[in-house]
Amino acid sequence: MITLALEGATNALDTSTTVEPLLFFVFAGLTAICAWTIVFSQNIVRMCLYLLFSLLGVAGLYFILSAEILAAVQLIVYAGGTLILIVFGVMLTSKNPKISLAVQPWEKFVAVGVSLVLLAMLLLARLNSTMPLQRSAEVVDELSKEQVRKIGVNFLDVDGNLIIFELVAVLLLAVMIGAAFMARRRAGIDE
Amino acid sequence: MTTTLANAVTEIGPMHYMILSFIVLAAGISTMLTKRNAIGILIGVELVINAAAINFVSSWNFYHPEQLDGLAFGLFIVVLAAAEAAIGLAIILNYYNNFASVDVEKGDDLKG
Repeated sequence: MITLALEGATNALDTSTTVEPLLFFVFAGLTAICAWTIVFSQNIVRMCLYLLFSLLGVAGLYFILSAEILAAVQLIVYAGGTLILIVFGVMLTSKNPKISLAVQPWEKFVAVGVSLVLLAMLLLARLNSTMPLQRSAEVVDELSKEQVRKIGVNFLDVDGNLIIFELVAVLLLAVMIGAAFMARRRAGIDE
Repeated sequence: MTTTLANAVTEIGPMHYMILSFIVLAAGISTMLTKRNAIGILIGVELVINAAAINFVSSWNFYHPEQLDGLAFGLFIVVLAAAEAAIGLAIILNYYNNFASVDVEKGDDLKG
């Protein structure tokens, strides 16, 4: 009986058609709900926490979309690096946590209203567009095979994304120097 | 109507991901508009960037999985978001040194 149930469970797991929608709705719900919780949260540290969960949800969506390398990078660089950076910013700039930085209620009302109108416009445009709603099925199984190698070759290929790769490298160098230059300690200001 | 609804729940297509990215985009813009804390605005920008990345990756997966451009741009987006956060925080630290606060309402010296 138990083996039968286990077999049924593994069969259900094997068919990705039944699990994928469930996983999608779990991760999409996590992403969307945490994103909207940020809007209505007042505590900056809590906003960072909700951003973390939102980013984790997006990483899960990348896993479903068989972009494993991107999901790993999202977890390491985004959730591990960028978010820590933001928390450091919070730590360095909040000497007086008692000061409230809340906006007026009508301002919040107008801002959320504007973005909801934008959301409705985008949804209408998407529903009226003629983009196909199905994937081209035959290539899908090939997606995860040697993905990291393929993306590495793509980055170093002139016909691929070599120029963008080099530009991003130069940009990262400029950002590193610029950030270190701008955030340096100056005589007379910090004391 | 019920069959389309059942299909919408059981078959995940590009539409689902695009609608999710719209929702995250709207949340990011709302966050940018409603926060007076400069770091809160930065968090809103991160949400908008993530919405764009979801769109890139889902379009890659559903429409052109044989080309790696969507995946590559997803990786570039993550790198650019990290660079943007570093520069943004450097600017916010400078702002904090000048105004002793991260309240963006105080930065009105140019009477903009």
